[in-house]
Amino acid sequence: MKTFVAFIRKEFWHVLRDTRSLVILLGLPVVMMILFGFALSSEVKNSNVAILDYSNDDASRLLIDRIDQSQYFSVKERLTSEAQIERVFRRGEARLVIIFPQNFQEDLSHTNQAQVRFIGDASDPNTSNIVINYASSIFRDYQNELTEQKKLPYTIETETRMLYNPQLKSSYNFVPGVMTLILMLLGAMMTSVSIVKEKETGTMEILLVSPMRPLLVVLSKAVPYLFLCFIDVVIILLLAVFLLDMPIRGSLPLLLAESLLFILTTLSLGLLVSAVVDSQQTAMFLSLVGFLMPALVFSGFMFPIENMPLPLQIVSNIVPTKWYYSIVRAIMVKGLGFSYVAKQTLILAVMTVVYLTVAIRKFKIRLA
Amino acid sequence: MRNLVFLLQKEFRQIFRNPTILRMILIMPIMQLIVIPLAADYEIKHISISVVDQDHSTYSSKLVNKMTASGYFQLVEYTQSYAQATKTVGDGKTDLILTIPAHFERDLIKFNKAQLHLAADAVNGVRAGLGTAYAAQMIGDFNREIREEWMLLPKFNEMPQIEITSANWYNPHFDYHLFMVPGILAILVTMVGAFLTALNIVAEKEVGTIEQINVTPLKKHEFILGKLIPFWVLGMVSITLGMIVTFVIFRFLPVGSFFTIYAFSAVYMFGVLGIGLLISTFADTQQQATLFAFFCMMVFILLGGLYTPIESMPEWAQWLTRINPPAYFIKIIRAVYIKGSAFSDLIPEFLVMIAFAVGFNALAVFNYRKRSA
Amino acid sequence: MTKSVIHTEGLTRKFGDFVAVNAITFDVKEGEIFGFLGANGAGKTTAMRILCGLLEPTSGKASVAGYDVYRQNEEIKKHIGYMSQKFSLYENLTVRENIQFFGGIYGLTRKELREKTAVLIERLGLNQEADKLVGSLPLGWKQKISFSVAILHRPKVVFLDEPTGGVDPITRRQFWDMIYEAAHEGITVFVTTHYMDEAEYCDRVSIMVDGTIAALDTPSGLKKQFQVESMDEVFLQLARGAKRGE
Repeated sequence: MKTFVAFIRKEFWHVLRDTRSLVILLGLPVVMMILFGFALSSEVKNSNVAILDYSNDDASRLLIDRIDQSQYFSVKERLTSEAQIERVFRRGEARLVIIFPQNFQEDLSHTNQAQVRFIGDASDPNTSNIVINYASSIFRDYQNELTEQKKLPYTIETETRMLYNPQLKSSYNFVPGVMTLILMLLGAMMTSVSIVKEKETGTMEILLVSPMRPLLVVLSKAVPYLFLCFIDVVIILLLAVFLLDMPIRGSLPLLLAESLLFILTTLSLGLLVSAVVDSQQTAMFLSLVGFLMPALVFSGFMFPIENMPLPLQIVSNIVPTKWYYSIVRAIMVKGLGFSYVAKQTLILAVMTVVYLTVAIRKFKIRLA
Repeated sequence: MRNLVFLLQKEFRQIFRNPTILRMILIMPIMQLIVIPLAADYEIKHISISVVDQDHSTYSSKLVNKMTASGYFQLVEYTQSYAQATKTVGDGKTDLILTIPAHFERDLIKFNKAQLHLAADAVNGVRAGLGTAYAAQMIGDFNREIREEWMLLPKFNEMPQIEITSANWYNPHFDYHLFMVPGILAILVTMVGAFLTALNIVAEKEVGTIEQINVTPLKKHEFILGKLIPFWVLGMVSITLGMIVTFVIFRFLPVGSFFTIYAFSAVYMFGVLGIGLLISTFADTQQQATLFAFFCMMVFILLGGLYTPIESMPEWAQWLTRINPPAYFIKIIRAVYIKGSAFSDLIPEFLVMIAFAVGFNALAVFNYRKRSA
Repeated sequence: MTKSVIHTEGLTRKFGDFVAVNAITFDVKEGEIFGFLGANGAGKTTAMRILCGLLEPTSGKASVAGYDVYRQNEEIKKHIGYMSQKFSLYENLTVRENIQFFGGIYGLTRKELREKTAVLIERLGLNQEADKLVGSLPLGWKQKISFSVAILHRPKVVFLDEPTGGVDPITRRQFWDMIYEAAHEGITVFVTTHYMDEAEYCDRVSIMVDGTIAALDTPSGLKKQFQVESMDEVFLQLARGAKRGE
């Protein structure tokens, strides 16, 4: 036991002395939280619009003005012919072109029928869709001002409530996602690379002739990462609460315990990789493609799992990140208790035991 | 020049003997191009709905039928208890609760006014927003139908009306893959290039062979070129493979010319390799290099406009995207693939690419001190 | 009198406040086997890196093969060979490919390369292994190949940094035979080692303590000077006085 402690101490020094890596390991969650919290939003704002105004009358000018004033648009360019539209799109200078035909105002006031054409750059289909909707609503508002809205009979009023997240903050989605990603990076990738490095440089042999059981040698390398992982979880939670105003609705001890379980899952994945792989580059590549990419794709924080084709939905079940993600969401955002996450917890626990058993067996064979 | 030939011969021999590099070049494009676009489907469909019907009238069942028939909604529960439905939301089994209160039908006919309640699981804000918007639209339609039943509509064309016609260029069917795939192609070559270069150089440091190289008469620029050229070739191979996979799986070919794509890739690749080189100067071990490269990639990709529009970012973040090479490259590859932008359309971007290539490599060379302790 | 191949005068290198190499002065003659001894941290490696053109000195003079270490370090590199304690061939290249690569960057022509490769493989008795990856060979062989590659371009001086670390006594003996042979052909050998029996093989030996040269003479001269029987005792006497440890 004493030697084990000594080994762990050595590994701690090893990790702590590498300040550059430490800065990144502790800085990455901060940077990601800031980017997700403040830089990225799926809201569409300030889209560039180009205008082709053949009528150039009071009505069209008023509408153009309103579009420019709106937070969703900024009028970037005035075109003079339809031939220019292609160029504007190909250079990526506008997402939407609005065309007022001749006699816009005249048509509107005399025949009560005026036309306007929107051309969206649908190479980004969602944004184009949203942009066209925003523009349409500006025109509809104008039209409603012209009509005196009559009170209509037989009206159904709909009252809408947003549960859990009344302000529709995106942090409720990405915070659990950032946690899973960071833990995968540290627990699986960093741990496996650090163990494989000893194999590659041959220092593993030296460690193995020491009076320690081989397995403990390997485990002692994982311990510092366990601590780092835990520190990162705490950093993320602190940032979530104090920077992003996202309260932890459920029980904090439960959340931390579940996080600890997931950290163990990622560490056992890391051990598994290091048991079967001999070069650092392979370990890194395997972690990147095998763990980090799935962590991004299947945790549901960037892409909704419900939308995925069935085969991918099935695959998502064997990825541990998905389960941890749903646990964190349930506890943190929805404030649910253990009974709601018992199933996911059990799945994670089983996964951990399986990975660890396979890893230990592999190590025993190879080190014997 | 002679030295370079020997260096290149050596590098290529090593590359062909390294199974990890070959796997990375082959598997990465296939995995990324197949899995991510399939997974990254932003179109919100299959919204699950729980209906709490306390009215049990003709209208309430008509409304529920209308919603389920639309194809947007999937009825997962039909109950009388709001508490029951809330529990379903807690379990994550439903996205939306529509509550039809008692006397809904009577109120509507007698008092001209009735209430409905929608509650959405807003943990995923986008989904909740769209779900309630769809539901509101359905309810609006339903309302109009009822009005038509009970009264003659006023003649709308006596009021001024603006008829809006809209066209969606380049992607009229709103194919989300068409948008995602070229973007992923851009990310792919960035990752392959930066990771491979950084790891390769740091591996020489770690093993100690770089020491041996340093005492030979090899010049600094020869050594760096000897590293850059093979990985540049690998990068070009990887983008070619990516385009082949794209064609085989999605049947996408660039609307613009291959020449434009290769011209930009050729310059961009040097910039990416420069980033890899720069990372390698900061790292002593492959573990560090992996971590640094991962960090850079994460920031680059998040700020690259891959899946959130750059214009929506705040000022400071937009400023960061201007010094983010992948942001330009994603935009360029998308423009050429989807819109058929020509080289002449993208000249400003081309100049930026050249600036990146020169800038990152200069910085890396500056940092790579051959005579350092 | 033969001319010096390495010449230093008051050569000093500081890292911040730490004086790694403190005003050392010595000469190495052409064709000599010069042993460069010292405990870990005595400054051997730093001095050697300066002489190889890898590190600039802080002050003092030094020239190698007639070239100045300040201004002509790239010229120096053309005229020296180097083999480090870390094994420094490419493990994922074959023996033949390694010889070709290193020979190539030292300016050998393709024709010369082919001839020399053939001779070398023959002499080392590696006909069977010539096209095997270096990584798969035993350490002793790797080091012999490494040395042969380091003198392939007939350098004026070859620097050997603990070349025999970790190999068995028989291989060490064979290795020293190779060193003698090289010296015989006029290549000056500058070698660091931890093995005192190897120090006995050198023509002259210098012992560094705390950044300075504490003694420099032939092995027999040193033993006489310190009135002891073996180099081991010479070394211990000097090293005992050292202030900096590892």
